[in-house]
Amino acid sequence: MTARTLYDKLWDAHVVRTEEDGTALIYIDRHLIHEVTSPQAFEGLRLANRGPWRTDSLLAVPDHNVPTTSRNEAITDPVAKLQVDTLEQNCQEFSITEFNMGDIRQGIVHVIGPEQGATLPGMTVVCGDSHTSTHGAFGALAHGVGTSEVEHVMATQCLIQNKMKNMLVSVDGQVQPGITAKDIVLAIIGKIGTAGGNGYAIEFAGEAIADLSMEGRMTVCNMAIEGGARAGMVAVDQTTIDYVKGRPYAPTGEVWDRAVAAWTDLKSDEGAHFDKVVRLDAASIQPQVTWGTSPEMEVAIDANVPDPESEADEVKANGMRKALAYMDLKAGMPVTAIQLDKVFIGSCTNSRIEDMRAAAAVAKGRKVAANIKLAMVVPGSGLVKQQAEAEGLDVIFKEAGFEWREPGCSMCLAMNADRLEPGERCASTSNRNFEGRQGQGGRTHLVSPAMAAAAAVTGHFINVNDL
Amino acid sequence: MQKFTEITGIVAPMDRPNVDTDAIIPKQYLKSIKRSGFGPNAFDDWRYLDPGEPGMDHSKRRPNPEFVLNQKPYDQATILLARENFGCGSSREHAVWALDDFGFRAVIAPSFADIFFNNSFKSGMLPIVLDATVVEQLFKEVESDKGYQLTIDLESQKISKPNGDVIPFEVDEFRKYCLLNGLDDIGLTLKHAADIRTYEETRKQQAPWLF
Repeated sequence: MTARTLYDKLWDAHVVRTEEDGTALIYIDRHLIHEVTSPQAFEGLRLANRGPWRTDSLLAVPDHNVPTTSRNEAITDPVAKLQVDTLEQNCQEFSITEFNMGDIRQGIVHVIGPEQGATLPGMTVVCGDSHTSTHGAFGALAHGVGTSEVEHVMATQCLIQNKMKNMLVSVDGQVQPGITAKDIVLAIIGKIGTAGGNGYAIEFAGEAIADLSMEGRMTVCNMAIEGGARAGMVAVDQTTIDYVKGRPYAPTGEVWDRAVAAWTDLKSDEGAHFDKVVRLDAASIQPQVTWGTSPEMEVAIDANVPDPESEADEVKANGMRKALAYMDLKAGMPVTAIQLDKVFIGSCTNSRIEDMRAAAAVAKGRKVAANIKLAMVVPGSGLVKQQAEAEGLDVIFKEAGFEWREPGCSMCLAMNADRLEPGERCASTSNRNFEGRQGQGGRTHLVSPAMAAAAAVTGHFINVNDL
Repeated sequence: MQKFTEITGIVAPMDRPNVDTDAIIPKQYLKSIKRSGFGPNAFDDWRYLDPGEPGMDHSKRRPNPEFVLNQKPYDQATILLARENFGCGSSREHAVWALDDFGFRAVIAPSFADIFFNNSFKSGMLPIVLDATVVEQLFKEVESDKGYQLTIDLESQKISKPNGDVIPFEVDEFRKYCLLNGLDDIGLTLKHAADIRTYEETRKQQAPWLF
């Protein structure tokens, strides 16, 4: 039998039928839904007199719009409230499990899926959200879909797809101390570019990836989409199996043993063909900071803001000029000279327990700098929050002057009240530094949780290892 | 879904790479539970000088005169000419709905982000990938001729220029078929319901933990 990649294996296991032109019907095992991209899909089902094909494949949670202030208060924004209420009504009407705002299991959809064991190795996972690539960390084929496809999957349990190409991103050797999954993935995006993965499914491999915890692998796969790839994935190993074991939705007993036996094959075969291979030397990766308005516009912490005049490609240089103007930065200035106004630690990229611990380790015994108007920590789920509080991390953050909030997407995309004001500059552990992403006129720099905490206590960017 | 057969229309140039879906339709408008009405907020941050919120009367806001789609005749454009990686970022299909509601029926670019590209076909919007040098030439022609129009014929997969030149383009057979006929692909998939059930039965034996 020919050697296959992990993506080839996941694809082959889910093909229901293939048309002559190669278009395939792919079976979807897990469908996660949230309040923003589902209402029109439910409405479509109703208009066509259809219902969900397999209710037990669905799991719903409100996350984008929910406030991060006290859960005892109702949502004050009537438009946001209608959307959250609509999700609840739709879930009741179609008998779909939902973790609502009063449930400790509520949180960001890409945090709660793995946390509950609702994401399992070998699954196909979709959600009306581009960061669904996160779930690929489990050796799953996971990607974001639009609302029409949310409706299509609900109605048919399938997606119409064309097979993507295979890309291998290998991060060879070990990273230096203080280098996190976020630095690794920002370095990857800096290398391949924000469109580098268009048309590909990316498998992340190499010693530095294998060394990561599941939290770290989720951070890397989460940002595959920022490199243009709808799906990112990591092969299954003992780390994966140890994480999944015992979670509420994970199999048990004899079925667990059968599952583990099947999951051990979820890796690329020796000699499998990749259409594109990219290699990075782990030891050369420094803490990363984005300076512009696309995730590919990133540099190492000890570098200077790049100069568009030294960019040969005119379209690219033009994009850099627009980014510098929007970010109000000068080419050639040191990244460490960038002063900040706000700090956001959270999002589906970096809001898991390990992220909370990394930020708290930096915040411990220090104080948020005077020029920082707001430094907020938003755990990814009620259960992450509970765990962090059991470890005393909330006390460390509060003593240092950080705000400790309730779970949700929060200032990653600023659909709720957490946002930047025009002109404000933020060190953020989220995934997108697009214009206006965190609030109209706001300026976003993407960093790891440790680097964000370091920026909070010094008021500017600094290598966390130099603190 | 609306059909796409042939259109002739004004081409608006959007001369920047990596136009993301947050720029096409900012997050505050995603709170809507409807599929329509996003047109006045397409490119909201670039299009208006004052901040916008859902529920406002957007006709009373201050338009940015510098923004291309506020300029005549581009406010009547039906074809958008764009740069690399158009539609990157969020999977929000609202971006396609906003472009459609504004009046666009097709986007031409050297490359698209995968999710946006896929979403476009679901709303009867045609994304066309052309070689970067051909796109560059189109930008030159559009910029030197205000009101520049193209005709896009999906059946023959050809774009006709005002001077009569023809540019061929590629499109997936299945997607072309759905667009030409305005077909609901859920209905098409449900014709294979028996295949889906057969797959499920086999899979339940192999991997019961998935059910």
